[in-house]
Amino acid sequence: MMTARVTRRGFVLGSAAGLSALSLAGRHAFAAAPTKVGFVYVGPVGDFGWTHGHDVARQAIEAKFGDKVETSFVENVSEGPDSERVIRKLASSGTDLIFTTSFGFMNPTLRVAKLFPKVKFEHATGYQTAPNVSVYNARFHQGRAICGTIAGHMSKSGVIGYIGSFPIPEVVSGINATALWARKIRPDAKVKVIWVNSWYDPGKESDGTKALIDQGADIICQHTDSPAPIQTAEARGVHGFGQASDMKAYAPNAQLTSILDEWSGYYIQRTQDVMDKSWQTQSIWWGLKEGMVAMAPYGPAVSDAVRKAADTVQAGLTDGSLHTFAGPIKNQAGEVKVAAGESMSDGDMAGMDWYVEGVEA
Amino acid sequence: MIETTALVLLTVISAATPLLFAAMGELVVEKSGVLNLGIEGMMLAGAVAAFAVTVSYDSAILGVLAGALAGAALAFVFGVLTLTLAANQVATGLALTIFGVGLTALIGASYVGVPVQPLPKLDVPGLSDLPLIGSLLFGHDALVYLSIAATLGVAWFLKHSRAGMILRAVGESDISAHSIGYDVISVRYRAVLFGGAMSGLGGAFLSLSSTPMWVEGMTAGRGWIALALVVFASWRPGRVLLGAYLFGGVTILQLYAQGAGGIGIPAQVMSMLPYLATILVLTVIAAGPWKGRLDAPACLGKPFRPST
Repeated sequence: MMTARVTRRGFVLGSAAGLSALSLAGRHAFAAAPTKVGFVYVGPVGDFGWTHGHDVARQAIEAKFGDKVETSFVENVSEGPDSERVIRKLASSGTDLIFTTSFGFMNPTLRVAKLFPKVKFEHATGYQTAPNVSVYNARFHQGRAICGTIAGHMSKSGVIGYIGSFPIPEVVSGINATALWARKIRPDAKVKVIWVNSWYDPGKESDGTKALIDQGADIICQHTDSPAPIQTAEARGVHGFGQASDMKAYAPNAQLTSILDEWSGYYIQRTQDVMDKSWQTQSIWWGLKEGMVAMAPYGPAVSDAVRKAADTVQAGLTDGSLHTFAGPIKNQAGEVKVAAGESMSDGDMAGMDWYVEGVEA
Repeated sequence: MIETTALVLLTVISAATPLLFAAMGELVVEKSGVLNLGIEGMMLAGAVAAFAVTVSYDSAILGVLAGALAGAALAFVFGVLTLTLAANQVATGLALTIFGVGLTALIGASYVGVPVQPLPKLDVPGLSDLPLIGSLLFGHDALVYLSIAATLGVAWFLKHSRAGMILRAVGESDISAHSIGYDVISVRYRAVLFGGAMSGLGGAFLSLSSTPMWVEGMTAGRGWIALALVVFASWRPGRVLLGAYLFGGVTILQLYAQGAGGIGIPAQVMSMLPYLATILVLTVIAAGPWKGRLDAPACLGKPFRPST
């Protein structure tokens, strides 16, 4: 069990410290060579959100396999040319399995994968596979549907505030799921979106939240990675949802629940596959059913009646009797996009680039 | 309407205060002829120290002091390297930022996910309840008032105090100042330490007031904005104050504008505005009728080695 912590800047500057940490890890010899698993993170492991979630799963791999694995990670890797260098470095240093955990790592991952056909790659939230590149994603929109249901029940003003990062399909589908399910409970509900153009800027996330609350929102959702929005909701006495991990430490009263990213099961399985030499490329989109998406315990503000309503939705989405994007669904202009009795296909959900009725973005 | 305006302005104050602290500190540093690009690192040091001490000793005052000290400590490292050892200021400053990001992530690792009591608001009974003016002038935490007081203090110091004039002399012509008997290195050390303490206070404001939490890299580039601000303000305290509120204001206004259904300008363009404004100001000052009045300290960024 051994961890090398390297920062992006270490690579950028070619700093000896960063590289020697990796090579030290490489020199550490075991009787049976351990399987090396590398991770490329877009944010810091201390973000208490998205990257934190992946790092918890990395630690789960170590806990599970002990001396049989060696994990390493590079944090704060910006999406773009930098990431390609980082991924190539990991691949060339004898790593067997590399997880690249952000959408923007897709093309760099594919390019490096071509050069290292023996190394296995796992890219999160993308859509392009290769013989040695798998794609995995979680059906977060299922969690959003549950949040939307709770929001529909609990909003007094009917205005749900949403801190957005970037208008990519992943984020758009989350906004749509929230609006769609809130309006099933409260047909006049609106989802007001403020884009902060960053995955991670606590100050701006907090300022955006203040703006939403000042403009009437009394439920705050976020698709950014820091606990700032829910904390601001707590300070202002409104409610909201955490993101990617249980954020109740920051908002004991305000947090209604939080969508949890549970990568551990998948990461352990894929590491096992590499050890067994049975790894094959695949594209999976797991949700509540497989446990990749889970919900944090309800906060104290959620009444029994609302808990019951949320539990019913969760059970339905888990057993497949409910679908997040089941028709009829209208877009902002009021045109029917999904007819009654139909559900959106995985492909359509993954490429969603329009807003449902009730979204102000 | 008045209500909304007050709310927007309140958010602007919290966005502008950390910028004001850091930029005002850097202004003094640059006036003494030293360019410290390590603001981001010093702000982070201030943020993590203020947070850790406040949580550990349950005292906001100690926390704020620790924030200022931590910023100054990092600045001292910069001082030893660039002033005593005459290393390149640009490279050292950049290294300081990178070092600060890593060091604070390491120190702060155990404080992620820990809640903290935000800085207390100084409510004045009766006055805080006045419409508009009440909430704008009263009921902030002490750091907001301190940032304004520091601005006035720096302005007075640079313009009217003897020590301030010596500092400016050192920044304009280190050799002349040295030859008439002023200790250039000592003056610059004090300026650099002051700048570090101010950056630390800006960081403390972030981790104790505007977003009371510690997460890695939480300054998210504010140190660089502060750096641009000093240039934008052409090294004048009053303009730094104006610029901090302008930069903070544009950021906040674009967020409110989005929430209000948009104003037809993409959010990305709005986010660019402060930087466009900086470039515009630089161009106008450099090429316009005020030609040559950019007022950059003549010795900015040049190492000084006293010859005998």
